[in-house]
Amino acid sequence: MSNIPEPSVTPLVSVEVANRLAQRARPGPLEIAFWLAAAASIFLLPDRHLILTEIAVLGLFALSLDLILGYAGIVSLGHAAFFGFGAYVAGLLAKHQIISEPVLALLAAGVAATALGFVTSFLVLRGSDLTRLMVTLGVALVLREIANQMGELTGGADGLHGVTMAPVLGLFRFDLYGHTAYVYSLIVLFVLFVLARRIVNSPFGLSLQSIKGNALRASAVGIPVNGRLVAIYTIAAGYAGIAGALLTQTTAFASLDVFSFERSADLLLVLIIGGAGYLYGGLIGAILFKLMQDYLSALTPQYWPFWIGLLLVAIVLIGRERITSWTAPIRALAMRLDWRARRAPPLSVTEVR
Amino acid sequence: MHVLTILFDGVAYGMLLFVLACGLAVTLGLMNFVNLAHGAFAMAGGYITVLLVNSQGVPFFAALPIVFVVTAAIGLLLERTLYVHVYGKSPLDQVLFTIGLVFMSVAAVDYVMGSSQQFIRIPSELQGQIDLFGLKVGRYRLMIIVICGLLTVALQFILANTRFGSRLRAAVDDARVARGLGINVNRVFALTFAVGSGLAGLGGALGIEILGLDPVFPLKFMIYFLIVVTVGGTSSITGPFFASLLLGIGDVAGKYYVPQFGAFAIYTIMIVILIWRPQGLFVRASRR
Repeated sequence: MSNIPEPSVTPLVSVEVANRLAQRARPGPLEIAFWLAAAASIFLLPDRHLILTEIAVLGLFALSLDLILGYAGIVSLGHAAFFGFGAYVAGLLAKHQIISEPVLALLAAGVAATALGFVTSFLVLRGSDLTRLMVTLGVALVLREIANQMGELTGGADGLHGVTMAPVLGLFRFDLYGHTAYVYSLIVLFVLFVLARRIVNSPFGLSLQSIKGNALRASAVGIPVNGRLVAIYTIAAGYAGIAGALLTQTTAFASLDVFSFERSADLLLVLIIGGAGYLYGGLIGAILFKLMQDYLSALTPQYWPFWIGLLLVAIVLIGRERITSWTAPIRALAMRLDWRARRAPPLSVTEVR
Repeated sequence: MHVLTILFDGVAYGMLLFVLACGLAVTLGLMNFVNLAHGAFAMAGGYITVLLVNSQGVPFFAALPIVFVVTAAIGLLLERTLYVHVYGKSPLDQVLFTIGLVFMSVAAVDYVMGSSQQFIRIPSELQGQIDLFGLKVGRYRLMIIVICGLLTVALQFILANTRFGSRLRAAVDDARVARGLGINVNRVFALTFAVGSGLAGLGGALGIEILGLDPVFPLKFMIYFLIVVTVGGTSSITGPFFASLLLGIGDVAGKYYVPQFGAFAIYTIMIVILIWRPQGLFVRASRR
């Protein structure tokens, strides 16, 4: 008999791990303040609800990209594929009165995009980052082409017209000023955010971060790398699909533009402005991006892409980590404000890059 | 339309794509650098031609070498000032950077030249068709095949038989060892980048008549260039050459015989090839 003891987790350690995981999952004061401010915007900024809705949709979309890029390290140039798919599914469901209730239609679109995400997730498992970038780009292009060719169903290049939305839950009618749309989008965003937060703070989420850090080592400690990547890619696709469906429902319109390469590229920019890998980056990036877009396109609507381009070039030349480091003091402040965090330092596994 | 005519047009289209994309294949193979902004150089070439021929009255054939030199100079300048800072960064950074350049070039050209499609006065001797062994072919396309064919032969000769060519091949094979042998890989790369940009510009000039020219050109043809390097690989120029021909013929024939499929088939084929042989394209990347 060998004398080497079986590697085992003592009860004490597992309790400690569970405690620390639970502690990570607790919302900090700044987070609560963030969502209170978001809720307050419903009442304080009633004449800005149209752009706030756009921000909520973009924020949800960026949150979806953060799940795969920030947590699992999967680069994508075609995340608009799922966004667009969700948008068209929601539009078609509403147009043909298959599921007229928006929340149910939203779920259906999410499920459809999740299924698409699952099928295409196997394409991103193989190859280098470059291959992934091109495969994801290709998937988005293929979907755009399909939507373009199926003109009778999707309206082709003219877009999907005649989408009329039923009241949310049969109670709240979409109004012209976007009040219902904003509250609806914000609630959807909040629910999905809480869910995403739960996911990334779970052992599953931690295993994703270890895969991002070093896939080979992760597999050496027994993490099923491919299975985890498939799972998170599928979840993120569902998120993107719901974001797309929200866009269709709040604007009552879908066009081929939802699949466009520019949308995927803008999304990367949004996430990089806000910083990837802590969930709020997508939301903060969406706010900054939309405000910037609002301001700059008021000056020169046609040449707005120039400023996006300039920003991208500048961000890369300066260095992404330096750009997003502007959020570091805020996060440090959050840590200091959070009296519970002082009791135990966070597990170092989260710092793995 | 005759089968041979389709084949002919496809070959002309494919050769044009090769001249446009071969620079990208070399940059990708040499520095492992994804230059999504390659099409912007082609667009620059196209617009310079329009300015020279339509506004300045320079003859079309005289404009071509000028375009090559000017776009090569632009390429060299950008490579030395901007690109050089991005080589060591991750693919995501490279992609963001070059997408940024594409967006800037698209908006800038839109601002300066307007968003409408550009046309060019081509010499009368290039207009119409010519009877070639009983086959009616467009004169302009015939010229493209001749020019691009000569360029291909010249490139292959330079690559295979000159000192610079052997340095380039060594650097593509293994940049580290090449550096160790005293080859200035950075200079080889800068030169190659300039020539690739110049060729793209030349392709853009020749392509105005066939591909069209408007500010979204770099975005519209980005995927075509990527397909050429994907299918052809980056270790030689014969790979991209045959890939270009296949793509050209496939695209022309596809649009003629099964127009309802559109570009769908081409994108699907690209994905299948990437999945089937992900190493085909980025073999250098994974070996290191």
